[in-house]
Amino acid sequence: MFVHLTREEEDALDEKYGQAVSIAYKILLSIGKATNAEKLIPVDWVHLSGVNFNTIGDAGVKFLTKNSEEMRFLVPTTINPMGYDSHKQNNLSNNFKRQQMEIVKAYEKMGSIPSFSCIPYELFQLPDRGHNVSFAESNAAVMANSVLGLHTNKESSLSALASAVTGKAPYSDLRIRSTRDPKIKIKIETELHTELDYGILGYFSGKSVKESCVSFGPEISEIDIYKSKSLAAALGTSGVCGMFSNKEINGNNISFGKEEEKSVMDELNTTESGDVIALGSPQLGTHELELLSNMIDGKKFSKKCMIFCPRSLYEKASNSGVAQRLENAGGNLICDACTCLSPLLTHEEYDGVITNSVKAAHYLNKSSGVAVCLTDLRSIIRNYTR
Amino acid sequence: MSYSLRCKVIVGGKASGSMLVTKQPINFLSSVDLLTGMITDKNHELCGEFVKDHVLVFPYAVGSSVGAYSIFALKSNGVSPSGIVCTSRTDITTASGCAVANIPLLELCGDQDIAEIQNYKQAIVDGISGILQIKKV
Repeated sequence: MFVHLTREEEDALDEKYGQAVSIAYKILLSIGKATNAEKLIPVDWVHLSGVNFNTIGDAGVKFLTKNSEEMRFLVPTTINPMGYDSHKQNNLSNNFKRQQMEIVKAYEKMGSIPSFSCIPYELFQLPDRGHNVSFAESNAAVMANSVLGLHTNKESSLSALASAVTGKAPYSDLRIRSTRDPKIKIKIETELHTELDYGILGYFSGKSVKESCVSFGPEISEIDIYKSKSLAAALGTSGVCGMFSNKEINGNNISFGKEEEKSVMDELNTTESGDVIALGSPQLGTHELELLSNMIDGKKFSKKCMIFCPRSLYEKASNSGVAQRLENAGGNLICDACTCLSPLLTHEEYDGVITNSVKAAHYLNKSSGVAVCLTDLRSIIRNYTR
Repeated sequence: MSYSLRCKVIVGGKASGSMLVTKQPINFLSSVDLLTGMITDKNHELCGEFVKDHVLVFPYAVGSSVGAYSIFALKSNGVSPSGIVCTSRTDITTASGCAVANIPLLELCGDQDIAEIQNYKQAIVDGISGILQIKKV
């Protein structure tokens, strides 16, 4: 099967509109071939990953700086968290901060919205259900498909960048309605209570499912946004699946029970306790900040606690008094950044990190080399506040 | 003895090298050291192996969307695979990373017996005709 390009798209590929635009079309063509697309279609919103210097490194900085000379975004484009909160004190190296600012400048030049958030769905009025978008950042792509009814493939940083520059994406996979009907189901054979339970379910499912859409059955119909985010982030971290659904299907079941839960915990829960609590991967939204402040209820954290959230929601929480309550409890609210691959959480500084995020646990263990105590929020509050 | 397998061309070009074969997916962001090209994930069967100058044969990439930059960084740092072959469905991360890094990328056509592929040592990736040629020595 061939990806049919219009004359204008062929011209763009042949560098008629410059080298940078040609690179964007080259990316779209490669992912179009990979996903058996017949053509490119317009997208109405793009969300980009690849903003934190810790994730894209020197090569990424060079690529963005060079291409930002020519690349311009044609559709509204939000961007993921960067490495740190520039309004706060830190002991990061000057090189890190310099490189991070180069990245920020390059995205600004190309025309991005400076959201620095992995939860654009809690900050912006996104297009209506049924619209095509292009979302990198695995939790955001899964949330967009599964909860918001938007249509996106599980894009990469570079494929979403190509969509921002061209306003297009391949018509394939989860952009085709029939793919959005699950063909495989995870049969939940254990009781799920906490947000962590849903994260564990997501992580197991990502590993077990090769399909683009998975059903969890009606059991997940009523889950709140905290649990949905935990599920979406973990599903996106361990696999290729880009959507979950509550539709019932017959046959093709994979069981998820106590044993499967244990296998995920055995892999990711690598220490009994830690010296810092990290909350927010994905970043916490207004509902979760309020929930947390209610659970703390005037007590104080007995360990250092980092709470990651978008800046606009921090400002909202300041106006409502929620931010002050969390800060009075000893919480350090950090904006524009996130737990995953944060330079603020290194193995030089910390022996162990306490978190309820399965996604954070994956990257802390495997990328940052920091041991993780993986436990649910209620237990964190019970064990580490007084 | 050599053996030719039909493939779909995702990113064109030609490459050759020793084969590095796995049945396990790879998370390029969390599992590969970008300066050395070594696979570092203790839970991965290729842990300790270097992808540099090899023809990497694996099912597909999983996890982070930033993995595309990781593939590009491996190339920029001179430690990338010379060619890549996906044995299952090619994912968007690998396809876009290889497109920007100019690493030839093929996807094996599904109807072929690849049970013994790990017994072959050398590979030629032909991203023009869409053939993966593998040899025992």
